[in-house]
Amino acid sequence: MIPNPPGWIDVHRVLPELCWCAFGVFLMLLQPFLKNRQGLTFIALIGAAAGTLATSVAAYGPGFNGLVQFDTFSMFFHWLVGLISFLVILSSDSYLEREGLEPAEFYALILFATAGMGVLASAQELLTAFIGLEMSSISSYVLAGYRRDSIKSSESAVKYFLLGSFATAFFLYGIALVYGATGSTYLAKFADAAPSSNLLRLGLTLILIGLGFKVAAAPFQIWTPDVYEGAPTPVTALFSAGPKAATFALLLRIFGTSEAATDFWFWAFWILAVLTMFAGNLGALVQQNVKRLLAYSSIAHAGYILVAFAAVTTMKMSPDGPVPAYGAVLFYLASYSLVSVGAFTIVSELGGRGERHLTQEDYAGLGTRQPFAAAMLSLFLLSLLGLPITAGFFGKLYIFNAAIKSKLTWLAILMAINSVIGAYYYFRLIVVMYMHEYKGTPPADDSQGLTPTAAMVVTVTALITVYLGLLPNHVLGLLISQNPMASSR
Amino acid sequence: MALSGHLLSLLIFFPALGAVALLFLRKDDELWIRWLTFAVSVVEFLASLALLGKVSIGAAGYSAEEFWHWINSPAINYHLGVDGISLFLVILTTFLTPICVLASWHGVHHRIKEFHVMLLLLEVGVVGVFLSLDMFLFFLFWEVMLIPMAFLIGIWGHDRRIYAAVKFVIYTMAGSILMLVGIIWLYNTTGTFDLPAIQKMVQTGFLVLSPRTEMILFLAFFFAFAIKVPLFPLHTWLPDAHVEAPTAGSIILAGVLLKMGTYGMIRFCLPLFPDASHRAAPYVAALAIIGIIYGALVALVQPNLKKLVAYSSVSHLGFVVLGIFAFTNISLQGAVYQMLAHGISTGALFLLVGMIYDRRHTFEISEYGGLSTPMPQYAAFFLFVALSSMGLPMLNGFVGEYLILLGTYVVHWKWAVWAATGVILSACYLLWAYQRVFYGEVTHEKNRELQDISPREKWMLVALSGVILWMGIGSPFFTRRFAASCATVLQEMNRNVMHEVSAPVTPAPATTGASENSTERVASR
Repeated sequence: MIPNPPGWIDVHRVLPELCWCAFGVFLMLLQPFLKNRQGLTFIALIGAAAGTLATSVAAYGPGFNGLVQFDTFSMFFHWLVGLISFLVILSSDSYLEREGLEPAEFYALILFATAGMGVLASAQELLTAFIGLEMSSISSYVLAGYRRDSIKSSESAVKYFLLGSFATAFFLYGIALVYGATGSTYLAKFADAAPSSNLLRLGLTLILIGLGFKVAAAPFQIWTPDVYEGAPTPVTALFSAGPKAATFALLLRIFGTSEAATDFWFWAFWILAVLTMFAGNLGALVQQNVKRLLAYSSIAHAGYILVAFAAVTTMKMSPDGPVPAYGAVLFYLASYSLVSVGAFTIVSELGGRGERHLTQEDYAGLGTRQPFAAAMLSLFLLSLLGLPITAGFFGKLYIFNAAIKSKLTWLAILMAINSVIGAYYYFRLIVVMYMHEYKGTPPADDSQGLTPTAAMVVTVTALITVYLGLLPNHVLGLLISQNPMASSR
Repeated sequence: MALSGHLLSLLIFFPALGAVALLFLRKDDELWIRWLTFAVSVVEFLASLALLGKVSIGAAGYSAEEFWHWINSPAINYHLGVDGISLFLVILTTFLTPICVLASWHGVHHRIKEFHVMLLLLEVGVVGVFLSLDMFLFFLFWEVMLIPMAFLIGIWGHDRRIYAAVKFVIYTMAGSILMLVGIIWLYNTTGTFDLPAIQKMVQTGFLVLSPRTEMILFLAFFFAFAIKVPLFPLHTWLPDAHVEAPTAGSIILAGVLLKMGTYGMIRFCLPLFPDASHRAAPYVAALAIIGIIYGALVALVQPNLKKLVAYSSVSHLGFVVLGIFAFTNISLQGAVYQMLAHGISTGALFLLVGMIYDRRHTFEISEYGGLSTPMPQYAAFFLFVALSSMGLPMLNGFVGEYLILLGTYVVHWKWAVWAATGVILSACYLLWAYQRVFYGEVTHEKNRELQDISPREKWMLVALSGVILWMGIGSPFFTRRFAASCATVLQEMNRNVMHEVSAPVTPAPATTGASENSTERVASR
């Protein structure tokens, strides 16, 4: 088969990525001339928004001979990562000012990472996915170490880079084995391979390990707390939301299409889910540093999403079809990502210059010192906890529903137990904010509250959280129809 | 018409409106905040009395229903309705809330606005729980009421308030998450969250669960409710929460929140899982009886007055659970009656204990003694309420306990005998405590100049005492209204057992009477 030369139509399929990259390059070029931070922020915001809006213009269908596929599934993820990077850029503005960091490169890297996530979400072929993964990862490595003068930040970057490269190696080796087994790197071709092929299974396992690292699934989660803690907080917000969502998108594409060995994958995801939930929740129990706490909580939430993956892999065997579990994954990703961005934004603001105020004691008495920040952070924590009228509640509900529908009662019960463990540490932070008194004199930079840009981010995410918690219908109606399997055939 | 058609929604969300209105008041306008909250809660109470007209005597089934589609997938409906059982629990809630506002008039000094907002939000959650007919909606309100209660304990409570608040949340969450799993499981089996619809499926035999599944589901629900009640041995959160909570928190907690558990048992466990309920009944009854006796014994040796009242709740709620799981019409009516009576009596006891705490800032019995000399009116009211709580005839506690014991005796006389010791013990611990606190010489100098009750306090107590007396002598007013609903619950259960015959079906006269009664009612429906 002779591949068609790329034409305009192919460009159309990757319009959002092109927008993000173009603005990233533009920002880098602009750096020597424009020193005004706010101007750069504004351009970066336009860039993020333009890429996101280009999503609605981009045409459906396969591009570049089927390397990428633009469909409603990838549209959802483009919207999500676009929105996330928009919010992260907005919340970085005050952070960069406080820390005296160079804005242009920072924004450019965020936009490049976003473009990588976009590629991940629409990739139909493993090497394309690899390019997307690397685009987002390499930008992330740099972003993690962006506070050069901070040892923690540098440590975070080095750790992330070394372990990330390791995971990439697994991923690449997996691709090689899959290619050896099927003679193709197209996802759609996996189905044609012999279902019991051990080579294919091994290859996919290596891919799963590589991607499991990226989404912080246990036992590949060890890097998460350190990297999340050391990275600049807006970057942590990005890490916990964007790359995670995009990698889960790829996982859905791969393990929704590979018909081989469903039972094997079911147990793989079952074990991953249980390990990840417990690793995250038990780790979070003893954390004093709020960033680390949220890092562990992010591991736990990856575990909940993996529960839905276990449901995905069994549902393929049931006559009902896999649709509800996909919807559950997508809804959960949307709700978790936005809540996480909101929560980290508040943490970033409260951290103060040099990120000094990060322990739970620093949050004592926040309810009276900064009522708005405390109320919003409580809302986000309650959503992470999964209480009603927040998005997190419905996210959890749909995953429970998917798990029980596919008769995974034990997994559902284990998830329930984990939710209760989670309740303890989330609620404890709320308790600290409202029921403890601040010891000593409050920090001086405390009184002015959130900066306007951060307040905007927090308000937007809070509104979305409540909206999804009250009327999940509209969003869910869209998500239910998402099925990466259907679109790849 | 438009408004009366949405009476239940109004009842649920009116306090929320009040809470929003409170947010617009300035922090320092203490008096405005208190009066506005009081006005809102009184209006709410008066509005809830309108429910009396909605539930016709002798009719089972739900009235004043409201039904909207809320979420398509999964199919969640906004379905409200009231029947004889929930009717009085709602009124109890709305009755106790203004009393809570009055009770905190001087007891709560800081963050007054937040306190009253939380109180009103709590009312939203509790009323919502009692009026929801959609399981999902029920769960939603069940969870929503958790946070205001935890805040009430954690911010305005006493020394170990934070520990108590966290414990309360974790216990409740543990139960409710399992219930959520159960609800979703049921949804996946039946395709609906709608309680009446599922009830109908169970009744008509359309929904047949395997014994094992039924038992698991029963336990998932029962566990959540048993924690809330609290049933021995899941009661350990209660003394902490009660003792550390501010007076208003204790009143609501004892008065209403515990009833959410027993209400859930009547509303969900019995009609949805009749066979499992029958199989579990002996064990549940055993735990209930242990709770009755254990709670009473622990109360007997409490040096702390508030803890004494808290443990008496464990004991009294044991009666309610026993009455529910004896499965006779009389005992079930007794259980519902005891729920209301306990709400009033224990609410009043906590109120009284709170009053004396406002004056002396201690709950230790040994710090008091001879209080009837400086505070004669207070002592009189305390005695009256204590007598009602221990079940003196002509007062409210008697009716419930008597009916429960009577109904239980008919089918399991041994259970009744054991439970009856709880009545004796309750007289012991309450009278003994009363003697130590009120009789004799004034033993502490500080107690000599204690102020007797103020007019504000007197009016609260008069209102509560009036209800206590009314419930003691005018019990038919209440029982007539929920008798039919109780009978229906049992009839639905027993019909199912008739053709299964796994548990020892009781051919006692009370049961047959019940089913005759309810057949009539269903026919008239």
